Amino acid sequence: MTETGGRPEGRPPTAPASSRQPLLELRGISKRFGAVQALSEVDFEVYPAEVVALVGDNGAGKSTLIKTMAGIYIPDSGEIWFEGKHVPVHGPRDSAALGIATVYQDLALSDNLDVVANLYLGREEVSAPLPLISEEKMEFRAREVLKSLDVKIPNPRNPVAALSGGQRQSVAVARSVMWKAKVVLLDEPTAALGVQQTKQVLELVLRLKQQGIGVIVISHNLANVFEVADRIIVMRLGKRVGTFIRAESSEEAVVGAITGAEFGKFKPQA
Amino acid sequence: MSSAPAPAQTPAPAAQEVRAGLGTLWRRITSGDVGSLPVILGLVLIWGVFDYLNPNFLSPRNLTNLTVQIADIGIVSVGIVLVLLLGEIDLSVGSVYGLGSAVMAVLSVQKGWPTPVAILAGVLTGTAIGTFHGFFFTRFRIPSFVVTLAGLLTWFGAQLHVLGETGTINLTDPSIDQLAGKFFDPTVGWILAVVVVAILGTDVFIRRRRRAGAGLPPTGLIGDVAKFVVVAVVIFGATAILAGDRGVPLALLILLGFIIGFDIITTRTRFGRHIFAVGGNAEAARRAGISVNSIRIAVFALSGTMAAAGGIMGASRLLAVNYSSGTGDILLNAIAAAVIGGTSLFGGRGTVWSALTGSLVIGSINNGLALLSAASDVKFMVTGGVLLAAVTIDAVARQGRQRAGV
Repeated sequence: MTETGGRPEGRPPTAPASSRQPLLELRGISKRFGAVQALSEVDFEVYPAEVVALVGDNGAGKSTLIKTMAGIYIPDSGEIWFEGKHVPVHGPRDSAALGIATVYQDLALSDNLDVVANLYLGREEVSAPLPLISEEKMEFRAREVLKSLDVKIPNPRNPVAALSGGQRQSVAVARSVMWKAKVVLLDEPTAALGVQQTKQVLELVLRLKQQGIGVIVISHNLANVFEVADRIIVMRLGKRVGTFIRAESSEEAVVGAITGAEFGKFKPQA
Repeated sequence: MSSAPAPAQTPAPAAQEVRAGLGTLWRRITSGDVGSLPVILGLVLIWGVFDYLNPNFLSPRNLTNLTVQIADIGIVSVGIVLVLLLGEIDLSVGSVYGLGSAVMAVLSVQKGWPTPVAILAGVLTGTAIGTFHGFFFTRFRIPSFVVTLAGLLTWFGAQLHVLGETGTINLTDPSIDQLAGKFFDPTVGWILAVVVVAILGTDVFIRRRRRAGAGLPPTGLIGDVAKFVVVAVVIFGATAILAGDRGVPLALLILLGFIIGFDIITTRTRFGRHIFAVGGNAEAARRAGISVNSIRIAVFALSGTMAAAGGIMGASRLLAVNYSSGTGDILLNAIAAAVIGGTSLFGGRGTVWSALTGSLVIGSINNGLALLSAASDVKFMVTGGVLLAAVTIDAVARQGRQRAGV
């Protein structure tokens, strides 16, 4: 493994696929906003077909880290590696070109357009010689992708506004798969969803994993995290303070790491 | 509106499909997706009332006059629909209407430019003004109604300046007069009607076959056929009425040409799709890589263009341009027509056809009240009432959508 110095834990992550090469890797990322050190020397890695949960209290640096991966923030120092290569990421386009897709909390869907139009938004296919939208071709592919993810939508020609929260989240995720994302970043995918819809979205996360995609999930809901994540990475005050293998850890241990073991008895397990 | 994952086109009991289709329609209406239904019902009602009060109202002569009378408002309203789809507004269209026609008149009559060039210059004046509005709106993030309110004043001033001291320019050039004065022989009308209906039928057929070819569930056959039959009946009916008088007015063909063209652009091209996307959720559009500001500037440019084109059509009908061209109720009628036609003020919902249906409603009210020799007081109050009703329907429909979780 290529863990460089600066890891507070000084412990190689024991990923389920540690023999393999990480899909996306961040090394020693630091980012400062004025007086605030948002990230200091953070390493991060996600492997193909792996779900990594990124947890931490508010202001721990989770969102800053995600936005660094998405190319929205440019780190002050540190390197981004993708599929074993050091890659320059100067903006969201670079990140998207690598195959890193971000599904934001507020979903970024157009309510007035139908599901097919939303899946293809900004990348509509047109026919020749007249540049008219190829609706049939688009709808066919949209149905295929939704089916491959087992997303159940009564009619992809209905406007997105008519869908439930879980279905909308699923459409947003399906859009990333549609465009061959290799890494999908999900920011609070189950916030504001009911029990049934949360279940749908968590199943969808597992299906992304089955398709070989590296999934990074930010969540405050540890129960959800423990349902889907292979590894749990804990951030506190801009540092990565713990890495837990889901199968070998307890929620209490993770809570301890998040809060900085303020309760004394919880220590990050090595 | 695909009615169930229809197991092929076996003789699925037609009655069942009709019921499924009606069910979908009812669900859409109750959840606030009313589309153009209210305006059509409103139009039928208005025509019924006026014809009852004055049997000349529905005569071929009067209906032919009506289509010529609404041409300028309809053309301006097409641009307004595009701006409303973005969720914005353009208050300058009245002044641009006036300035565009003034530029055309001065160049043609006073400077002796060839007519087509003068017309083109008038229209492009509108394009330039719209682009200017769009630039200020996107670059400095000034709300569109303020930018275009400034435009309303500025371009009216420019119109007065261009017209100079005489104030009125009479248009005597026969080719300008033709725009609103030319009528095609009924035979031409019938040929056009047949061609258009044939194209529409082919389009429905091709689309169904392409869906089948792509292995997609077919859309409801009865729904498709019913829609086609209704449209065909309207086209042939209108042609028959026009044939009963002077034939097909060029002004109507120009209006329909703009509407059909922009309907194709808005519903079937990427540019049109992106207009809806920006109007529905600008942030989502931006994140999807759409250049939101380019779309906005382009739409304001189109709105200015259509306003000037409408002005030239209006000048051709009145055979003159003067200080009051484009003033008065042009602006309000154009906006009212778009909204009455069912285009939402809240962005992202509507169709270019609302320019036609809406201006038919407003034109019918003006025309019908004129036949009854009602004065302007009544005309303004009735138009105001209809506009309020239309906006109320839009707002209630929106609440319906929100209630339906839509």
